[in-house]
Amino acid sequence: MLLLIGITLISFLLTQAVPGDPALANLGQHPTPESIRAFHEKYGLDDPLPVQYVNYLGNLVQGDLGVSQQTHQPVTDDLSKLVPATAELAVFAIVFSTIFGVGFGVLAALKRDRAVDHGLRVFTLAGISVPMFWLGLLGLYLFFFKWGLLPGGGRLDPTTTPPTDVTGFNTVDALLDGNLNTFWDAFKHLILPGGVLVLYSVSLISRYTRSAVLEVLHADYVRAARAKGLSEFTVVTRYILRAALPSIVTVMGLVFANVLAGAVLVENIFNWPGIGQYAYKSAVSLDLPAIMGVSIFIALVYVIVNLIVDLLYAVIDPRVRLS
Amino acid sequence: MSAVDAALPPSRLRRFKRSRSRSAARSWWRQPTMLIGLTIAAIWIVVAIFAPLLAPHDPLAQDFAITQAPSGAHPFGTDELGRDILSRVLVAARNSLPLAVLLVLCAGTLGTTLGVVAGYVGGWVDGLIMRLADLFSAFPAIVLAMVVTASLGPSTRNAVLALVTVTWPIYARVVRSLVLSIGQAEYVQAFRLHGASARRAMWKEVLPNVMGPIIVLATIYLADALLLLAGLSFLGLGTQPPTPEWGSMISVGTQYFQNWWMATFPGLAIFSAALAFNFIGDGLRDVFDPQSQIGSGARGGSESVEEDA
Repeated sequence: MLLLIGITLISFLLTQAVPGDPALANLGQHPTPESIRAFHEKYGLDDPLPVQYVNYLGNLVQGDLGVSQQTHQPVTDDLSKLVPATAELAVFAIVFSTIFGVGFGVLAALKRDRAVDHGLRVFTLAGISVPMFWLGLLGLYLFFFKWGLLPGGGRLDPTTTPPTDVTGFNTVDALLDGNLNTFWDAFKHLILPGGVLVLYSVSLISRYTRSAVLEVLHADYVRAARAKGLSEFTVVTRYILRAALPSIVTVMGLVFANVLAGAVLVENIFNWPGIGQYAYKSAVSLDLPAIMGVSIFIALVYVIVNLIVDLLYAVIDPRVRLS
Repeated sequence: MSAVDAALPPSRLRRFKRSRSRSAARSWWRQPTMLIGLTIAAIWIVVAIFAPLLAPHDPLAQDFAITQAPSGAHPFGTDELGRDILSRVLVAARNSLPLAVLLVLCAGTLGTTLGVVAGYVGGWVDGLIMRLADLFSAFPAIVLAMVVTASLGPSTRNAVLALVTVTWPIYARVVRSLVLSIGQAEYVQAFRLHGASARRAMWKEVLPNVMGPIIVLATIYLADALLLLAGLSFLGLGTQPPTPEWGSMISVGTQYFQNWWMATFPGLAIFSAALAFNFIGDGLRDVFDPQSQIGSGARGGSESVEEDA
């Protein structure tokens, strides 16, 4: 709770440190003194700072984040439209990176110091070293411009009718509609931006999984399981991965954070209408309510994810007690 | 050698290296990735120092031969103003690399200091510092940095300032838990029993042992710093034109999408430099952290450290 108040205070103070007048940034080329005064009046910009903050908090508690000066829509409306797009991208990235990351990590640990391990080590180091925005651009150039295999940005082809809005995830909604063409189109749009995010997360997960697996690989109970004659598959999934699970859950929190941060860059390259692009657009146009809304929302998601990780931790690892 | 070596006072570094066993020193060189990383980093440092001599053209000189594909005269092609991209990539190293080092130094110093204070003083000071750390890490680095630079105005200085604000908690957390756990160690207790003051034990025993993990962390975050700075410049919130900068060159490249060379070469520069630092950091980890001989994997090591505390 204290953390949340701190977060709102920080984002509020930051946006107040703006030397530029948001009225000038939003009123076009030739603002008149009257229009500037009206703008200030409308957004309460002339009130003393503490009054503005308390007003903001009061509205926030009622779920009102103010009105964006750019889209002229309530920020909560903007966010609720954009969040599903980012969430779809994030879920895609997290699901695929978990599958491959855990797989690679286990493989590297089992084949420790062999060629596979060294290869994966170089691959994962490369994965965390490559600038995401550059990789995305390269992907666009090759797969869209050169070979025409994948679409060039956005969530759907302009000619495709959007599916009925149920979950906000285009792929899921298309399946609910039973429309395979739309599903395929939405999926193809996900591949490049999602893939860029996956590469980074795969590297993180795989490195953590490898070290977690190595820690238990030669434990007595694992040897005992092998001695019992259990199959390698059972030993790995039931014994080794079970023990490595807390570490993997911990890294998931980190991965989630990185996916959200990466979304800011990736959404801008792929013209993906999510909160990353919204955050960027509102930051460059000094749209204060929108910047505050987005940063508070993202921080809130962060806090919740970390809480979930902690709770999961207690469920998975019987040694951890919730106090 | 590497930027991190330069970042440490020589006396402490020597002491630090002497304290390592010989076998560890040998395993340094057995790792090909470490060697590759050191080589690439050395090349980039030479480039950064001698860029004006190495660049075939003036990086700011405009020419009518705009957006030309790579050729003999312009190995990396020319950009939208006819400037030679090879020269710009080389000269940008003078800008990007020192900035990344500066960022890591500032955030590292601030974070280490606060971490030591938190771990050493304890009590409400500890609580306050760590809650502040929680607060600043509740935002993704790039989002908070974006807000800070947007508020203060886009410039190189503000980008560094913004990234220091969001990255110091990483160091503070690790240092705090190290100070706490090393402070409990028997050899430190023995030192205290010999009559050393807490402050003296801190300087003589605790800090030197904290430096190892900090160096590893700093090397790995050098790569991160490079990527974050380039990301901010890519968004137009870092170094401003016409100064050549890798991130902003890629950003221009997105507008001239069909001319692949405009974004590809600056991107390769970022990638190779970041990869070099990650290779070195990964190798240093194995040397400094005997634990990681079993699991030379986890990035930064902050997790394992925090579990210990």
